[in-house]
Amino acid sequence: MNIEIILFAVLALVAATSSVMMITRKNAVISAVFLVLNFFALAGLYLLLNAQFIAVVQVIVYAGAIMVLFLFVLMLLNTEAEHQLFIDKRGIKFFAIFIAAFVFIEIAFLIFKSNPSKNLSPDQAASINSGTIQTIGQQLYTNYLIPFEVSGFLLLAATIGALVLAKKKFE
Amino acid sequence: MPANNYEYFLLLPHIVLSVGIVLSILIEIFTRKGKEVLPWFSSLLFLFVGFYSIINIDKNFFIFGGMVEVGGRASIFNFIFNIAALLTVLASTDYIKKYGINYSEYYILIQSSVLGMMVMAMAHDILVIFMGLELMSICFYILAGLNRKRSSNNEASLKYFLLGSFATGFIVYGIALVYGTTGSTSIQNIFENFMQYFNNILFIVGMLLLLIGFSFKIAAVPFHMWVPDVYQGSATSVTGLMSTAGKAAAFSVLLILLGTSLSYSSPIVFRNYFSVIAVLSTLVGSIIAIAQTNLKRMLAYSSIAHAGYMAIGLAAGNNYSFAGITFYLAAYVFMNIGAFTIISLIEGKDETRLTLNSYAGLNKKSPFLAAMMSLFMFALAGIPPMAGFFGKYYVFFGAIKSDLTWLAIVGVLSSLISVYFYLRVVVYVYFMNENEQFEIEKSVGSNLAISLTGLLVLLFGIFPDSLMNLIVNFIK
Amino acid sequence: MIIDYIPIILVIIVAAAFAGIVVLSSVIFGPKRPNKIKVMPYESGKDPIGTTHERISIKYYLVAILFIIFDIEVIYVYPWAVQFKSLFNDFGIFAFLPMFIFLIVLELGFLYILMKGGLKWD
Repeated sequence: MNIEIILFAVLALVAATSSVMMITRKNAVISAVFLVLNFFALAGLYLLLNAQFIAVVQVIVYAGAIMVLFLFVLMLLNTEAEHQLFIDKRGIKFFAIFIAAFVFIEIAFLIFKSNPSKNLSPDQAASINSGTIQTIGQQLYTNYLIPFEVSGFLLLAATIGALVLAKKKFE
Repeated sequence: MPANNYEYFLLLPHIVLSVGIVLSILIEIFTRKGKEVLPWFSSLLFLFVGFYSIINIDKNFFIFGGMVEVGGRASIFNFIFNIAALLTVLASTDYIKKYGINYSEYYILIQSSVLGMMVMAMAHDILVIFMGLELMSICFYILAGLNRKRSSNNEASLKYFLLGSFATGFIVYGIALVYGTTGSTSIQNIFENFMQYFNNILFIVGMLLLLIGFSFKIAAVPFHMWVPDVYQGSATSVTGLMSTAGKAAAFSVLLILLGTSLSYSSPIVFRNYFSVIAVLSTLVGSIIAIAQTNLKRMLAYSSIAHAGYMAIGLAAGNNYSFAGITFYLAAYVFMNIGAFTIISLIEGKDETRLTLNSYAGLNKKSPFLAAMMSLFMFALAGIPPMAGFFGKYYVFFGAIKSDLTWLAIVGVLSSLISVYFYLRVVVYVYFMNENEQFEIEKSVGSNLAISLTGLLVLLFGIFPDSLMNLIVNFIK
Repeated sequence: MIIDYIPIILVIIVAAAFAGIVVLSSVIFGPKRPNKIKVMPYESGKDPIGTTHERISIKYYLVAILFIIFDIEVIYVYPWAVQFKSLFNDFGIFAFLPMFIFLIVLELGFLYILMKGGLKWD
């Protein structure tokens, strides 16, 4: 058995376990911490797929920034008073399981039936290279210059919006 | 860089607008006089960018390796967006003081949203489309909730944001699937090898998700749930902009997608989808609008119906109907902004005068506003010789050209239904006794905007063919 | 390839093992005779009032959002820095330009926050 399969098994197990733990915890903050663990496991899976950049983004943006926002929001809300949310509602539970099963079957069907990598180039080295940070840097700052600069203005608008909407005393 | 220097020069409208945004922020943070300076600065900016684009309409090139298109269709849309934004700025200088959102950020966000729309209109690459869409949408979410003290604004902003990001989620998932199956983000490439990809179920799902996401953005039934609440809850000037220019931007993307599909003569596979959307939107929009007494809500349903009429053109899928949609969009932008500007003058300080009753006897208070309101209502209803009539005419004619006569008939029937609630406003304005005494606010900017839109609506109605020929020539 | 990550994986395993052993060994070998006073957060301090689940101020929210925005900016700088040598060979001084414009726009946002008092604790 080669090391990639072992690593995949370990990371997949961690990802699956942490996501189940996340949705079953009563305390929302602990759920959020399990979500961080889940993100780390996913980042490892991305690395196994040679998508280094996505792995880095997963750790820096998701496990870092987004989870900080999540935790802040959880602490802003009075989650202590929200415990009745977790009272056993059978109908909702069955509905959720039904939806989850449906999505699982859908994704499994799409992956196995339609063979998504069918159209990709048989050149394996090229497809491995396409996920590296070097390739993304080369593409982003030459061919994809326009979306890159537009994203600067998008972040600028978001900055202004954050201040306008969330600052306590806005003149 | 892959682009030559002249390619950057062709992007001058976008660069000027971007520099304008930067300058606006600098003006605001260093002089603190943004509120006085920015209305004028933005107006000049929109005027320059709009007219510069339309003057350079014949310089139609694909640049940056076919990623974006300048001139031609993009120029027409740039003109529409910028003039819409210009009219909105004119109409809102006094209004936002009354509404309590007299921030210089208001103007900066409008400029940013127009930049997003212009990026959408020029994009021939799904990644560029997405960036433009997000830039526009995020500015609109913020604009919708600019007044944090009003619960209606908060509600509108939150609903718009939640459902809008839901739609964005659809679009991103669609983009991911399309990229995953084609290995490219270029729209040209997708439609060049359309038949090859079309065997792949993932590709079909991706394209459908893209279309569903944009159906949200154009506010078509059954993805219209957010429209009435958001349009009613936001500030009237903001509603005017997002119901017109925002919709035009979403349509510009659909026109690029279907237009490229047409130019590579790939089979028209989305006809059924757009036919269903069109029938539902026209009928639901027109029928529910009858029950509305709140004018903003009525115009929201009417905007759903108008999205339906334009979707008829998308279903027809020929060059003539695409040109018709462009004409219709231009006409719709002007008549709707005019109508919303009149509403913003009459609604009063706390939006207490939004119902039809407040319009009773408007003729006695202000003959000018009464005449203009009737003009816009006639135009929206599609009565000749207003611009709205010719918009519908071209779109329906395009449908008949594609053997979709039944769809055109549904469109005509639903416009007949819609005449009822548009003319009801005119009846209230002219033939009902006034039962409320109030002063109509005097605002030079708003009156200027109303006159300009009225003039454009009439102009579009009197010389439709010359404009239509211009559009047909440049939409290929 | 994945073989390049073996050292990193080893470091993670060693770090996790060390931390785990240290914590676990004190749990296993340490004497435990708890009573009510001993398990209080401050044995000789003030008695605790309420839980630790206090609501924090809404002002943190703005900080978190601004943090995300500038975090995303960093994500853009990272591939540029990695690829800069190659870009510089191809385009010379113009390799700076895209990132220069991007950073100017972003720093304008930062300047806006600063001048508008977004970082003040009002």
